Amino acid sequence: MRQTISLSITLALFWLANSGHYNALLLSLGALSVIFVVYLAYRMDVLDHETQPLMQLTTKLPSYYTWLIKEIILSNIKVVKHVWLGQETIKPALKTIKSNQTTDVGRVIYANSITLTPGTVAIDLNDDEILVHALMQEDIEALDEGEMDRRICRLEKS
Amino acid sequence: MDMFLAIASGICLLLGSFLILTGGIGLIRFPDFFTRMHAAGITDTLATTLILVGLMLLNPGALVVFKLVAILLLILLIGPTASHALAKAAIRSGLKPLVKELKDEEEIK
Repeated sequence: MRQTISLSITLALFWLANSGHYNALLLSLGALSVIFVVYLAYRMDVLDHETQPLMQLTTKLPSYYTWLIKEIILSNIKVVKHVWLGQETIKPALKTIKSNQTTDVGRVIYANSITLTPGTVAIDLNDDEILVHALMQEDIEALDEGEMDRRICRLEKS
Repeated sequence: MDMFLAIASGICLLLGSFLILTGGIGLIRFPDFFTRMHAAGITDTLATTLILVGLMLLNPGALVVFKLVAILLLILLIGPTASHALAKAAIRSGLKPLVKELKDEEEIK
């Protein structure tokens, strides 16, 4: 029930922010669409604990994103450097690393963050192991040290 | 103030375009599928972000900025998912990534 209410509120806010027209006809059409989407989600049975981040996850995300953006910028500069220096300077590597997250959401955030930082791509995800391909071998070693892993573990703890 | 915004937006747009160009060049220069994917990662993340931020600075209206932020979040979610799907499909169909340095020609699998 809580999920249904928060989904409706989110959808309504999203509709209002995207529309910019606030007369009776359009507002009622918007309300209808929100009800329809919530009904669809209910019928598809996708409203469970994982469809929307929990409250504590939502409040903790901004600090994680700040750190992630910093990482993304740094690794972007690195990859740009290697693009212009040419392929002799790269040293591709493939390795399986461990993920210590307990929830599926945590694991998805981890794999997504790995792929989001240029230079590393998460290729395969089995229970608690992620197969990672990297442009430079030291990128994988940096991941293996587990700073990102620890940060996401902290994120999912209530 | 308008002048300042226009210049800041111009810088963001220029940097973003440069990064997209770099991503394209990397796509051609890198040796195999998996390394090329890393080059595409530049276009996926920082380049798109910079261009969208540049557009946000040009449009101070709250509604437009909100829509651009929504686009940005969507791209940041879709990009890695698509990369992951591509990489997984490549591995599943038996494409072996190049893991040695390119100089040792005989080591390439």
